[in-house]
Amino acid sequence: MSLEYLVTRVGQLLLIVFIAVTVNFLIPRAIPGDPIESALQTRIAMTGSTDVNVQEVAAAYRAKFGLDKPIWVQYLNYWRDIFRLDFGVSLVDFPQPVISKVQAALPWTLGLLGVSTAIDFTLGTLLGALAAWPRAPSFVRGLLPPFMLLSAVPFFLLAIVLLSIFAVELRVFPPGGGFDPVRIVRFNLPTIVDILYHAILPSMSLVLGGIGGWALGMRAMMVSTLGEDYITFAEAKGLPARRVFLWYGMRNALLPQVTRLAVALGSILSGAVLVEAMFSYPGLGGLLVGAIAGKDYFVIQGIVLMLIVSLALSLFVVDLIYPLVDPRIRYQR
Amino acid sequence: MSGRVGETARQREGETGLLSPPSAPADAPPRPLAPSSARRLRGSGRWSGSLVVGLVILLAVLLLSVVGGWLVDPKDGIVGAVTPSQPPSARFLLGTDSQGRDVLTMLVLGTPQTIRIGLTAGVVGVAIGLVLGLLSGYFGGWFDGTVRVLSDALMTVPGIAILLIIAINVGHMTPFLMGLTVASLSWMYPTRSIRAQVLSIRERPYIAVARANGASEAEIVFREVMPNLLPFIAASFVGATSGAMLASVGLEALGLGTNDVHTLGTMIFWAQKYSAVLRGQWWWFGPPIAMIATIFIGLFFVSAGVDRFANPRLRQQT
Repeated sequence: MSLEYLVTRVGQLLLIVFIAVTVNFLIPRAIPGDPIESALQTRIAMTGSTDVNVQEVAAAYRAKFGLDKPIWVQYLNYWRDIFRLDFGVSLVDFPQPVISKVQAALPWTLGLLGVSTAIDFTLGTLLGALAAWPRAPSFVRGLLPPFMLLSAVPFFLLAIVLLSIFAVELRVFPPGGGFDPVRIVRFNLPTIVDILYHAILPSMSLVLGGIGGWALGMRAMMVSTLGEDYITFAEAKGLPARRVFLWYGMRNALLPQVTRLAVALGSILSGAVLVEAMFSYPGLGGLLVGAIAGKDYFVIQGIVLMLIVSLALSLFVVDLIYPLVDPRIRYQR
Repeated sequence: MSGRVGETARQREGETGLLSPPSAPADAPPRPLAPSSARRLRGSGRWSGSLVVGLVILLAVLLLSVVGGWLVDPKDGIVGAVTPSQPPSARFLLGTDSQGRDVLTMLVLGTPQTIRIGLTAGVVGVAIGLVLGLLSGYFGGWFDGTVRVLSDALMTVPGIAILLIIAINVGHMTPFLMGLTVASLSWMYPTRSIRAQVLSIRERPYIAVARANGASEAEIVFREVMPNLLPFIAASFVGATSGAMLASVGLEALGLGTNDVHTLGTMIFWAQKYSAVLRGQWWWFGPPIAMIATIFIGLFFVSAGVDRFANPRLRQQT
């Protein structure tokens, strides 16, 4: 891996973080009206309390966040706060800092997303490869169309349908949440089983909707790989079919899939956030629903920043391990 | 000859594509496309089955919402207009929600709004993508570098994050504003695919012929390059519309949609907010889900069909 590649890749990572922070900073300020005052007004209208002086509270906020200073000072301060992991405090749960809320939610999202993506990537890739393999059993090809139709439907709609069938009508899975509400979350077997049990429906909606896309891409790649001369040669010299399929076919067709995974992660994450919202999962998506309903502005900003940065970091790692996955890749001009 | 030309375009793509992951889909090697492709598209025999199926589905949805618009009374879509929480009956064909609104009325009023949002974003996204893709692909230079780096970076960002920040700051959300909001992230794929195609087209012999004939740059861009981009513009448009609609439905389901206009996404939001799923009111959350799924399946078929003439290579493979 060349140093030059590493430098440009780090540059791209920094650019994404820069865009995320700047968008977060600029858009609220570019839109007429005072977000703090209107957020407070809305909250007061909702709670019905009248003994709050909006101007006074808003002024306190402005002084605290330096909103009375010139815009470039605010911008620098904003960066300084981010480096200190200070995203402000929640307006709903007042003294609680945003970062602690986001930190508590992030592992749930990453866990759900990581496991589901690993499952649907593996299943989808296998299904696609088998669909292109002439000797595969014929039912495999029959599986492809239904999964492709499912992949056209947004994840969170599948989530609602699954929820209604399995949690409400059949009552075999819990209707939401990340664990049993009366359980004390500790690191022991019953807790883990409970968490997995609660994760089945949300991850099923991600997996069912994800398989089709991977299968479609893998099938196209596999068809062209199986047309290569070395496949014919491998068959001609009498290698077992399984070996030709796995090591001559799949191994070579796999790389574009891994690349596609990196590109698709952003939209998968967007989908997962919505699925979590439907299940009131304790991840970022579940947190987001509450924050939007309560106009908890700083929490929303914190979630947005965390989503973008964590995805950018994981893509960065994926890009660096490509050469390990496939020695054909060398990052050089 | 054409093989060699394609090769140079691919090499250039390889040289400049350092920042992108090794082969982002929109970055795929420019595919050879005969100059007469736009003409072939209009000719018969290229209308693949899936394109027809997709268009029929989408037309049926449109027809349903237009005809339905004459039959329902918009007043039934207002809170408290009818008896709440009624299952489907002869009086309320799709039942009513717990807020006393007729589900069929909301569905009929909401469908065209959702489609309008998607089309607005699709048109804006493709227009931006066309301008940026043409300029950066044809003229190259620092502009190309900037566009490429920026679109690469934005493509890997989880779209919902940026859209959230925009949507939550829009004071009074309307379908048109929602369209513009989701359009802000629907120009990257059109830009990339149009740029890749322009890179390949500008190396074709007929461009050199036009230039030798004394055509100006503007003439070359509009007379020689643009017509050959039509299939790709069509494909990007379908993709951008579908992606934008997905994003808008998602934002609306989170509660960032229009307050006073029914869309399919806001229907999901209200159903979710008042626990329609847990109460087993399938007639409330079912219809918008079925409608959204139908639209997306229709778009899926259309895009598969459009891809077939945008990428002639697919025809041989599948």
